[in-house]
Amino acid sequence: MTESLPKWADILLIPLVNLVLALIVSGIVVALIGKDPFEALYILVNGSVGSAYGWGYTLFYTTNFIFTGLGVAVAFHARLFNIGGEGQAALGGLGVALVLLYLPLPHWSLAIIAASLGAALFGAAWAAIPAYLQAQRGSHIVITTIMFNFIASALMVYLLSRVLLVPGAGGSPETARFVEAVRLPNAYDIAPWLGFSRSTPLNVSFFLALAACVFVWALIWRTRLGYEIRSFGKSEPAGLYGGISSTRITMVAMLISGGLIGLMAINSVMGEAERLVIDPVQGAGFVGIAVALMGRSHPLGVFLAALLFGALYQGGGELTFEMNGMTREIILVIQALVILFTGALDNMVRAPIARVFLTLRRKPAQKAGS
Amino acid sequence: MDFLDIIQILDSSLRLATPLLLACLAGLFSERAGIFDIGLEGKMLASAFLSAAMAAYTGNVWLGLLAGVLASLMLAAIHGVASITFRGNQLISGVAINFLASGLTVVIGEAWFGLGGRTPQLEGAARFHEITLPFADAIRGVPFLGPIYADLLSGHSILVYVALACVPATWWILSRTRFGLRLRAVGENPAAVDTAGISVVGLRFAAVMICGVLCGIAGAYLATALSAGFVKEMSAGRGFIALAALIFAKWRPWQALGATFLFGLLEALGNRFQSLELMGIAIPTQFMQALPYILTVVILAGFVGKAIPPRAGGEPYVKER
Repeated sequence: MTESLPKWADILLIPLVNLVLALIVSGIVVALIGKDPFEALYILVNGSVGSAYGWGYTLFYTTNFIFTGLGVAVAFHARLFNIGGEGQAALGGLGVALVLLYLPLPHWSLAIIAASLGAALFGAAWAAIPAYLQAQRGSHIVITTIMFNFIASALMVYLLSRVLLVPGAGGSPETARFVEAVRLPNAYDIAPWLGFSRSTPLNVSFFLALAACVFVWALIWRTRLGYEIRSFGKSEPAGLYGGISSTRITMVAMLISGGLIGLMAINSVMGEAERLVIDPVQGAGFVGIAVALMGRSHPLGVFLAALLFGALYQGGGELTFEMNGMTREIILVIQALVILFTGALDNMVRAPIARVFLTLRRKPAQKAGS
Repeated sequence: MDFLDIIQILDSSLRLATPLLLACLAGLFSERAGIFDIGLEGKMLASAFLSAAMAAYTGNVWLGLLAGVLASLMLAAIHGVASITFRGNQLISGVAINFLASGLTVVIGEAWFGLGGRTPQLEGAARFHEITLPFADAIRGVPFLGPIYADLLSGHSILVYVALACVPATWWILSRTRFGLRLRAVGENPAAVDTAGISVVGLRFAAVMICGVLCGIAGAYLATALSAGFVKEMSAGRGFIALAALIFAKWRPWQALGATFLFGLLEALGNRFQSLELMGIAIPTQFMQALPYILTVVILAGFVGKAIPPRAGGEPYVKER
C-alpha cells in the first residue's frame, strides 16, 4: 500500500492530514464545552508566535522537544519504542546538576561541554538497563522503560529531598543555584535587538539542539552504524543474516537515544531553572513520542514537529490566562490525537489517501492506452 | 506494632489494592486475548472523572458508576478500533489514550464545574459508603478471628467485594468456559481460532470491552469510594502499577490478587511510616514507592521466575488472503 504513495505524500501530506484531523477533533471538543474554537486557535497562534515574548518560550519548548523527539526517533529506527524519556531526561538533569555543583568551571563555554557529557552519560545510563534486559533477557522494552520512569521519579524525590537539598531552601526540594559564571547566555544576551526580554528562557542550547539534528541525520543516513540500525529495524532476521548483532544494535541505539534525551536537561536545568528542581522534565519525554511519530523519525521532520509542539505548549499556557473556563490541558488532547492519528490509526488515514493516488495514476495510464 | 496495628495496615492495604486488582484483571482479559493495553491508566482516570461528575450532578452514585463505565468503554472502543480494526500499534494507541484522558478530564471538568479540574465534594448518596457485614459487631470480641472479620473484612464499600468476587469469576471464565478457552487461544494462536471458524476480531473486541468495564469500575471506586470526588491526575500511576502486577502475576487471576495485595500493602506501609527501620537500616519511603516497579523489572528480567506473556500479544491479526 505504501508503494502507491509518492514520497512527498508520505512525509508531508499524511502528517498534515493527521494534524488537521487532530485539530478538528479538538475543535469539536472545545465547541462542545461551549467555547469558540476559532477564538481558542487565534489565542494559541498569537500567544506562541505573535510576539518576541511568545517566540522566546516557543523556541525554548522546541529545544526540549527536539532532544526528546530525536531520542525517540533513533530508537524507532531500530524498531525500539523508548517510552522512558521522562526518566532519562530527569537523570540527565541529575548529571547536569552534579557536574555544575561539584566541578569548579570558570566559564559557561567549558561548563556546557562538561554538563552535556554529564547529561548524555546519565541519560544513556538510565536507558542502558532496559536496553540490556531487552537484548539479553528478552524483557519487553516498553514495559521496562515505563517502570524506569517511575523508579527515576522516586529516586529524584529521594535525592532532592534527602541528599542534595540545600539547608535553608525553605523546604522546597531543590539543589543550590549554579554559580553565575556558568549561566548560559539567553536570547537577550546574544541578540538584544530581536526584542527578547531579559528573562526569556530561550538560550544557546537551541543551537545545540540544531547540531543534534545534523548529528542524527549524519549518524542514521551517512554512517555504517546508522545503516546497521536501519536494517536491523526494517528486518531483524535480515540484519542477523548480514552479520549485525542484535545485542549490539539494541544497546547502541538505546544508549544514543537515552543520551540525546538526557541532553534536554542542558536547556531546562542549566539554561532555564539554573538548579535542579523536582520534575525538570514536565512531560517533554512523552511529547518526544508525538514529535518523533509526526516527524516520521527524520531530523528535519522532528525539528518541524518540535516547533509545532513548542508553539502548542506556549500557546496553551496563554489559553489559560486569556480564555475564561479554558485550560492548557487542551494541548494534551491535541497531543493525544496527533499520537493516535499518526501512530495507531495510520492505516485509517493512509488507505483512503493511497486509493486517491491510485485512481489518479490509473487515469492517465488508461488514456495513453486507448 | 501490635495485632490491631497489623489489622489496620492490612485493612488499608485491601482498600488500596482494590483499584489495582480491578485494573489488573482488566488488563488480564485484554492481554490474554493478545491486545496489549498500557491505557489502563487513562481508562481509570476517565472513569474516575465522569463517575464523580455524574454522581455530583445527579446525587446518585450508581448513575455515577454507570457513567464512569461508559467513559471507560468509549476509550476501550477507540483502542479496539485502532488496534484490532485498523491493526495499528497497540502500545502507541495506549499512550494516546492516556494523554486523551489526562487532557479531557481537566478540560471538561474546568468547563463544567470551574474548580480547577476538580469535581465538587461528594456527600451522602453520591458516594459509596462502607457496609458492615452481618454479625460483624457481634463477633468483634472473639479473640484473633473477631478483629479479622469485623475490622479487616467488614466495613468496606460494595466495590471492594465486587473486586474480590471478580477474582474467582475471572478464573472460572478463563479456565472453565468455552468463551475463556477461545479467548486464551486467540492470544496464543489466533490463526488456529480463525481456522476453527470463530471470529478473532469478535473475541478480541469482547476482551477489550470487558477490560473497559473493569477499568471503569476501578476508576469509579477511586473517585466515589476511596475518595470523595475527582482531582486532577487522581489515578496517579495506578494503571501502571496494575500493569506491573499483571506481569508479576504472570497473567493469572489468583496470582493477580496476591500481587495487587502486595503492592497495596507497600502503598499502605509507605503512607503510614515516613521511613521504615528494617534490621537496623532505614528504608526511605521513596524506595517503598519504587518497589513495585523494581520487582516487576526483576521478574521481567527472568532472574526470579520467568514471566512469559501470551504469544500473540501485541501483534495485529491479519487474515490470510
